[in-house]
Amino acid sequence: MKRIYVNEQHCLGCHLCEWECAFANSGLDEMFKLKGKFGTEIRPRIRVEGEEKDEIHFAVNCRHCTSSICVKSCISGALSRNDDGMVVIDREKCVGCFTCVLVCPFGAIMPAADGKAAQKCMLCTDNGRNGEPNCVAHCPNGAIVYEERD
Amino acid sequence: MKYVIIGNGTAAIACIEGIRSVDTEGDITLISSESRHCYGRPLISYYLLGRIDEAHLDYRPRDFYIKNNVDAMLGVTAIKVDPASKAVTLEDGTSVPYDKLLIATGSRPFVPHADGYENVENRFTFMTYDDMKALEAKLSPDARVLVVGAGLIGLKCVEGILDRVKEVTVVDLADRIMPSVLDAEGAAMVKKVLDKKGVTFFLSDCVSAYRDNTAILRSGKEIPFDIVVTAVGVRPNTDLAKGAGCDVNRGVIVDERCETSVKDIYCAGDCSEGYDRSINAKRILALLPNASFQGRCAGINMAGGDEKFTNAIPMNAMGFFGCHELSAGAYEGECISKVTEDTYKKLYVKNGKLAGFILINDFERAGIYTSLIRDEVPLDTVDFDLLIEKPQLLAFSAADRKAKLARKV
Repeated sequence: MKRIYVNEQHCLGCHLCEWECAFANSGLDEMFKLKGKFGTEIRPRIRVEGEEKDEIHFAVNCRHCTSSICVKSCISGALSRNDDGMVVIDREKCVGCFTCVLVCPFGAIMPAADGKAAQKCMLCTDNGRNGEPNCVAHCPNGAIVYEERD
Repeated sequence: MKYVIIGNGTAAIACIEGIRSVDTEGDITLISSESRHCYGRPLISYYLLGRIDEAHLDYRPRDFYIKNNVDAMLGVTAIKVDPASKAVTLEDGTSVPYDKLLIATGSRPFVPHADGYENVENRFTFMTYDDMKALEAKLSPDARVLVVGAGLIGLKCVEGILDRVKEVTVVDLADRIMPSVLDAEGAAMVKKVLDKKGVTFFLSDCVSAYRDNTAILRSGKEIPFDIVVTAVGVRPNTDLAKGAGCDVNRGVIVDERCETSVKDIYCAGDCSEGYDRSINAKRILALLPNASFQGRCAGINMAGGDEKFTNAIPMNAMGFFGCHELSAGAYEGECISKVTEDTYKKLYVKNGKLAGFILINDFERAGIYTSLIRDEVPLDTVDFDLLIEKPQLLAFSAADRKAKLARKV
């Protein structure tokens, strides 16, 4: 399956992917309307590492890894892998115990804005973007790409 | 190939998934004394809390057994395993033959002896769906509930029922809540949240006797109640394995393939005793993720694969009224702590590796810490100062980052 891969040398740490992710999953029609909507945090499912002072930056979101320790550890069955191999979360089944946060070695699953459930990258299959990840589509530098790799 | 699984909890379900990842043809029979479709056992408190409804208790979709071609015998109790004839005997005398057997019988609540307990009308434990439904039927806005045990199960029960009853009192022998998971400082922080919610605690105390609807504590204190829930701990269900001749210590001894000492009998979940990397010894790790890892490992091996489960460690994620505690590993070695009024982080470093941690309300990306423990990463190969600040992949080498983020994993 196609996954999002990081091209660390190309990442300037602009955080645009975080805004595009939050926007794509917000249901809003304009990105600027995110301003203030969730307080000071926009709770994207992708996070850029590296502070402004650092030389290295890169974005991290769900790897849709084959071992899927989050799926195995989920106490409610809210996390599963679909037939393509994508790791999927059913928000209605999630009780927000955050065992998945405890086990994900990439730190790629996190509490949703309301704190009552976990959220993770669904490769923009769950927000009307037809599986075209919005973060990748709007990265100006090709620092994240969406493709098949071995 | 005939696979038989005794149990219908996490280990049993993971075993089915493990078998089917290798063998899509063999016959699988599942025998469970509980009659309900598989459910997430820890979800029973969330049901009482009103967070999920009946349908969302299901651990797997309703068509799970059909899709995986499993003959699920629900509400049927296995009473004997005979390794000589390779058959499981059911309570009605029926014999179910197996080529490979998984014992995943879980654990049961331990109810300590106290005079007069048998005469208490509304006495419950809190482990199964049936336990929960029986308790729920007695909940009322006038009810005073006594919960004996301030561990995870007892306190999740408290969270589930608090808004549905008049008052909740908790008694525990230990001097703090969740003594097996939290240290004194962390326990005090979480207790404050429960205190604020109006829960009354009597710690370093225990019920010595029940007189009708009054519990008499060792300290002499008398607590009137309408309902008592006992949640002081669990005992593994090892009788079937013992009867089959498996080596049993506290739990059923398993190797890294989750096989018992008896050929073709595997064991997983709360009834098993496997290797715990964090203490370098065998012990029962009655935790849901562990049951899942073990069950899957057993299933793959039962189907002829070669799987090993070698990095078991304690891992707990708990939450009460929005206060979350995540912990893993052993609390041994040098402690690096960062504590504020309502957040708390303790990292334990031993022999140049992360041995364990406790996080309260400051747990984002905690899995990066957990992976350091499970993978036994030498801390001199990462930027540990960055990791102390917060869990982040930036602390790993460029090559490691590439392996994690630029390749299929």
